[in-house]
Amino acid sequence: MPRIWVFGNDVNTDQMVPGRYAPYMLGANDDVRRYAFIEARPDFAPNVEPGDLIIAGPNFGCGSSREYAPLALKRCGVGAIIAPLFARIFFRNALNLGIPCFTTDIREQVADGDLVDFDLAAGLITNNANQIQLPPPEGWMREVWAEGGIVPFYRRHGRFPATGA
Amino acid sequence: MGQTFAEQILGHASGRSDVQAGDMVVVNVDLVMMHDSLSPSIIETLHNELGAERVWDRDKVAVVIDHVAPAATVRQAEQQQQVRRWVAQQGISHLFDVGRGISHPVLIEEGLVQPGMLVIGSDSHSTGYGAAAAFGSGMGTTDIALALATGQTWFRVPETVRVNAVGNFQPGVSVKDFGLWAARTLRADGATYQSVEWHGVDFLSWRERMTLATLSIEVGAKAGIVAPTGLGAEHPVPEWLRVEADASYSRVVECDLSTLEPQVSVPHYVDNVVDLADVGRVAVDVVYLGTCTNGHYEDMAAAASILKGRRLAPNVRMIVVPASSESLHRAASDGTLATLLAAGATIGTPGCGACIGRHMGVLAPDEVCVFTGNRNFRGRMGSPGANIYLASPEVAAATAVTGYITHPRNVLDSTEQAVFA
Repeated sequence: MPRIWVFGNDVNTDQMVPGRYAPYMLGANDDVRRYAFIEARPDFAPNVEPGDLIIAGPNFGCGSSREYAPLALKRCGVGAIIAPLFARIFFRNALNLGIPCFTTDIREQVADGDLVDFDLAAGLITNNANQIQLPPPEGWMREVWAEGGIVPFYRRHGRFPATGA
Repeated sequence: MGQTFAEQILGHASGRSDVQAGDMVVVNVDLVMMHDSLSPSIIETLHNELGAERVWDRDKVAVVIDHVAPAATVRQAEQQQQVRRWVAQQGISHLFDVGRGISHPVLIEEGLVQPGMLVIGSDSHSTGYGAAAAFGSGMGTTDIALALATGQTWFRVPETVRVNAVGNFQPGVSVKDFGLWAARTLRADGATYQSVEWHGVDFLSWRERMTLATLSIEVGAKAGIVAPTGLGAEHPVPEWLRVEADASYSRVVECDLSTLEPQVSVPHYVDNVVDLADVGRVAVDVVYLGTCTNGHYEDMAAAASILKGRRLAPNVRMIVVPASSESLHRAASDGTLATLLAAGATIGTPGCGACIGRHMGVLAPDEVCVFTGNRNFRGRMGSPGANIYLASPEVAAATAVTGYITHPRNVLDSTEQAVFA
């Protein structure tokens, strides 16, 4: 079952992957996955499982344009990120990588370490008996997620999302 | 209905004159900036994932080696070597190599960024191009690679927060204090998905305007555009770009610069801003003057005006990393650099320096740094145990003299204060 990982407000990309652990700084075969939240939350990378969910406060992903921050989360298999507000560059990078982001606040309804069911297509989290309905994403976001990111989306459709067929 | 700068520029770049906040547009980009840190992944995505063989226009791409310049490890040296080879193979016109400086001032100095342009860069502080009234926006690897392949990108046209300044600064107070005041007022997410317009700073040079433009991302903005009027409007403004009186703003805030006190951003968030008077006595190990926000000639000159005839306090290191070779050259030519060196400061190669915590002055646990840059996030400049305070070059210089965070007026005598004003 997906585990809930709860984070605070204004989580910045330096907390996600400090600049010292950029792929530019690492050995050629060192995977940035290992450095997800390495200083801010050292228990995250060793324990996160594919499909786990990040629940956070507002302004998640503020700071740098470094796409290796959401890439590290993708390589960890994060199934979705749910926060009341995402920083703009992070949101775009996550969309481009095909990481579902839901803009809503569910911090009152889950706790760190909860094991839940998550149905991405329905946008439904089931936490014991409690069902949490996430707001439906805009259709163009779902299209990008379905393709697995912006690169396959662009290669298939030859256009940017939400900009007409 | 009038348009904001963002609406005018995105309208122009999309060929749709009537765009309004909320519209989705595809735009032709005038310039794509990529730096050494992300270029390897951008090149990989361009060729191997998108399957493009060449960039769409070799004259509209600028590659800048600024993030770790010069290289600190063999691995970075190899990656920079590969980037240089790629630039040659693609026939790209604009490569700015080690020592030329940080992309944002350099591309304006080179005349590649002009008012009304649409510029995207692989760096969040690409809002800095707003210093020359361009719409500058930061993006990640994949968006930059897509733009290299197609010459285009897409935007949701942003709402705009308008920041008005009135009056002028007291001695010892400067544009950084205004920028930090804005972070304090708007907060870190106060302009997320929006643009910021800065008005009322006609007396500032374009380099001083870059302090405001780069700090725009620290309130979440997609772009931060300084009105192209007055002293700093040295670049020709296209006839279609102007302040339109009936443009619609999501929020308007106003700052009376004449009553503004030095502002300090205390650890570990940029919008944790307080008046310097409320910081208390904070002993400092490192004073760091640099970055695209406050590493320009004007910033070095402001620091030198306070350090002239003085020495650094015992146990304080002062590291100056000029934002560009042009700023360094000016400082070397007029005695500014000699003043900084005589005071005991040291000078690094123009570039990003320790702003990203990679080289040239990273911090140890428990060290305290007064930094003229733009981010004081935990771990930003090295150890997560270090404490970073953001402040102006004037406060940084006064702090270097006393060893604790200090108002410039407490260092200058009354004659100097009159000159300083």
